[in-house]
Amino acid sequence: MTDKLPVQDFATDWDHTDPQWVSDPYPIWDDLRERCPVAHTERFGGGWFPATHEGVSTVARDTQNFSSRTVVLGNGRPTEDDLPAPIGMAPPITSDPPFHAIARRLILPAFAPGPINALEPMIRDLCNELLDQMAGQDVVNGGMQYAQYISPGVIRQMLGFPPEDIDQFLEFVRIVLEGVDHTLEERIEEFMPVEAYFTKQIEDHLENPRDDLTSYLLDIDFEGAKLPHEWVFGMMVLVLVAGIDTTWSAIGASLWHLASHPEDLERLVNEPELMNVAVEEFLRFYAPVTMARLVKQDMDYLGCPMKEDDWILLGFPAANRDPAVFKDADKFIIDRAENRHVAFGLGIHRCAGSNLARLELRVAIEEFIKRYPKFELADPSSVTWAAGQVRGPRNLPIRILK
Amino acid sequence: MKVSIDPELCQGQGRCFSIAPTVFEFDDLGNGVVIGDGTLNEQTLELARLAQANCPEHAIFIEE
Repeated sequence: MTDKLPVQDFATDWDHTDPQWVSDPYPIWDDLRERCPVAHTERFGGGWFPATHEGVSTVARDTQNFSSRTVVLGNGRPTEDDLPAPIGMAPPITSDPPFHAIARRLILPAFAPGPINALEPMIRDLCNELLDQMAGQDVVNGGMQYAQYISPGVIRQMLGFPPEDIDQFLEFVRIVLEGVDHTLEERIEEFMPVEAYFTKQIEDHLENPRDDLTSYLLDIDFEGAKLPHEWVFGMMVLVLVAGIDTTWSAIGASLWHLASHPEDLERLVNEPELMNVAVEEFLRFYAPVTMARLVKQDMDYLGCPMKEDDWILLGFPAANRDPAVFKDADKFIIDRAENRHVAFGLGIHRCAGSNLARLELRVAIEEFIKRYPKFELADPSSVTWAAGQVRGPRNLPIRILK
Repeated sequence: MKVSIDPELCQGQGRCFSIAPTVFEFDDLGNGVVIGDGTLNEQTLELARLAQANCPEHAIFIEE
């Protein structure tokens, strides 16, 4: 990618990969909300960014006028090949009605609270294993030693892949996440080892069915037949694309908050019953995920002259800071009782893994603060934040205090 | 006093049955459903109102 010009005015030239946006997007969104509630850019082939809760909600719910065919912004206007992964059937995240409902129905039962809540002891054990590995260090890396490993560990176990394959699995996670905005040709090449391994796992699960997500997907009855294996592969890749760096970012951002706000950390340690409302406030205040949509046809919408295949960047994190909807929107209130946040999106594309993400976030924070009730940022200026459509801290050195 | 969930609006955000587990439960897809016929007493009314105030889809309705 060529070096881009720095943004002068986000109202007419927004870029979610601009260093200013990456390091601290909130003042930019506050300014847009007051001055230009739907910002425009010529970058990425042309796109729009609604900064208000109302704008984001309207677009998220309007599947007549906006398509989810591609949900990750590319460098230019999308082509037919611009899907997030080389997969057989489009999974629900990149489907539109009417097919979307069919695809979504297939996976929702596996991510409903019943089966997800049963994973809690496994997630707790995983968090404790990671904490054990960090034991004795004065400074731990909340991102690279902890948050980063929780969701891959959980998803490896959900898929029923052997524990000794974890390093290989982490490598596949890296390939899939880094490949999200590569060209179709690049992805086909990069995905070959992923496909080979997943195919081997599919074959093994066909021979030895067990109680895991892979066997669940292989056993789905769809119009009188089992799902084609490339559909199952597509669903498995979706779980990696959507379920790893998203949750990892939410866990990291929450730890970052607690490390830099001792009063909130102390309260959460002393009042563990606040955990559920605190988790929702972490999700509101540090919502990690921004999704894209495509304009289906030329139209005037939200007062803007939109063109077919223009991008819309759906800033759920920006909607969550809109003072028109949230009292003291710019304040983190750990016991906020009314919190209608949209961290998991709105409408038919509500994050299918939201129950799992919440559970991982809650357990990861509970176990961390149980082990370390006092901590602070070791070197605030060294914290780095991921650029792009998933925002969260990556390097997060935390000093453990006595 | 009665509470209901509009199944057309509910997207399974999961807030209601977490906030008010005596009033709401979830179905096999993870969507919220009202327990029983949705009749509320003073205590459950308060919980149902809190769930309503937290539903991102505005899918909860209370008849008072």
